[in-house]
Amino acid sequence: MKLITAVIKPHKWEDVREALETFGVTGMTVSEVSGYGRQKGHTEVYRGAEYDVALVPKIRIEIVVADADAGDIVGIIVKTAATGRIGDGKVWVSPVETVTRVRTGEQDDAAL
Amino acid sequence: MEHGYHAFMLVAASLVILMTAPGLALFYGGMSRSKSVLNMMMMSFGALGVTGIVYVLWGWSMSFGESDIAMLVNNPFETFGLSGLEGADYIGVGFQLTFAVITAALISGAVADRLKFSAWMLFVPLWLTLSYFPIAHMVWGGGFLGTAENGIAGLLFDGDPAPIDYAGGTVVHINAGVAGLVLALMLGKRLGFGKEPMRPHNLTLTMLGAGLLWFGWYGFNVGSIVFPGESADADAALFLSETSTVWLNTTVATCAAILGWLLVEKLRDGKATSLGAASGVVAGLVAITPACGALSPLGSIVLGLVAGGLCAMAVGLKYRLGYDDALDVVGVHLVGGLVGTVGAGFLATGTGLFYGGGVAQLVVQVLVALGAMLWAAAATFVVALVVKALIGLRVDEEQEVEGIDLVEHGESAYDLTGSGGSRRGSTLPGAAVASSDTEKEGANA
Repeated sequence: MKLITAVIKPHKWEDVREALETFGVTGMTVSEVSGYGRQKGHTEVYRGAEYDVALVPKIRIEIVVADADAGDIVGIIVKTAATGRIGDGKVWVSPVETVTRVRTGEQDDAAL
Repeated sequence: MEHGYHAFMLVAASLVILMTAPGLALFYGGMSRSKSVLNMMMMSFGALGVTGIVYVLWGWSMSFGESDIAMLVNNPFETFGLSGLEGADYIGVGFQLTFAVITAALISGAVADRLKFSAWMLFVPLWLTLSYFPIAHMVWGGGFLGTAENGIAGLLFDGDPAPIDYAGGTVVHINAGVAGLVLALMLGKRLGFGKEPMRPHNLTLTMLGAGLLWFGWYGFNVGSIVFPGESADADAALFLSETSTVWLNTTVATCAAILGWLLVEKLRDGKATSLGAASGVVAGLVAITPACGALSPLGSIVLGLVAGGLCAMAVGLKYRLGYDDALDVVGVHLVGGLVGTVGAGFLATGTGLFYGGGVAQLVVQVLVALGAMLWAAAATFVVALVVKALIGLRVDEEQEVEGIDLVEHGESAYDLTGSGGSRRGSTLPGAAVASSDTEKEGANA
């Protein structure tokens, strides 16, 4: 099993959710986060005083999936969330040792 | 005429109250940080509470009356508590009361995040007594800076031209602006000023507040009409022409000031901002306030453009000169008030320099502005020293970091996480028990 973590632009979240649902992903954990990448945030000006705003709002999606699906899901996220402009985000995949469903105690693939 | 005028003044006075709460409270509140917004709003409400009482007790008497003391102030005991006045006089008192309220509230923008609330509640009545009431008397109540025979204009030019301050360029804006500067210098900078970002936490509140200020300002300016009382017909004719002129001048000067401020921003920073538009509104209103009865609509447009542009440039001074006037009371009210007061010397139809009136009006305007600045600076300095000696001015460092809303008022403006915490009881005896019973009944139902 794999944990897919994606950090994307907030306005792309609905598109990504729809695409993942169409593919058959049944659940995910989503949080509002902030951070920055190479572009280092942006500048805002208030009455002539400039402020560097380092942290930019993003959406983080976490999904645990079967090994076989991981590549397809990463592909879907990348394709749907891309705008071609700076700050589109990142997707990474990490190994997961075990998963347990809290309600039934089922484990691993049965718990997905 | 009398009934109509009375009804008109009731509306005008009510509109000026709207300027303070909610207008100014929202305008300043939005510009504060989220941990200080309630304190900023409370300073407007606190000013309302204190000033309303003080004005009736001795404010009116010190500002207006027959027992003048050295052309600087009127005897506070002449009509203490409005003794000797009748019900029909009260609307005049009420209208002037609202001016004192907003002038005091304007100062609070300079001291955001760090002035003790108790110090504010003591500062306001003392400052009104030493600075506002005397300057109101000097300018409007027959004192040295007004139209009196022995006043500045009388001594220099035999009273022709008379000083122009229609609705409070010196009394309200220069006075509040200087007080803000003196207080900001005495308080010191906010922790992290110039290093940490202290950007406005909610510009939508600020835009709303600016709009309400604009709306209320019509009561402020249009309600300031004074009749010579020659005849009922003459008064009625003056009422029609002057209120119309003042309304239109107030409007177009404000429109022009928005454009002036945004133009400076576009050229300097590359973007026209919402805070700039809201600030332009206030800068234009401030500048046209003293001049609104003396200018043509075209002159008002010129004045508004200059005020918007100059105030946009002036708000940066605090970073260069190193004083922390948190919400730019100096940059907007002192500079805007000076633009309007001195600008009337250039643009007043008939007596202004650009209208062939020579330099006399300009000289009078500059001297009146200087006189008000000197008095306001000295009075504010004395009052702040007294308050500092009695209860101190500033919250301590740890409290400032934690946030003045929580420390001074035991409240926070927003609960964005929904993690309100658990109920610990009540300061009211018996209240906690009663409320837990109610909760139980609710659950059973």
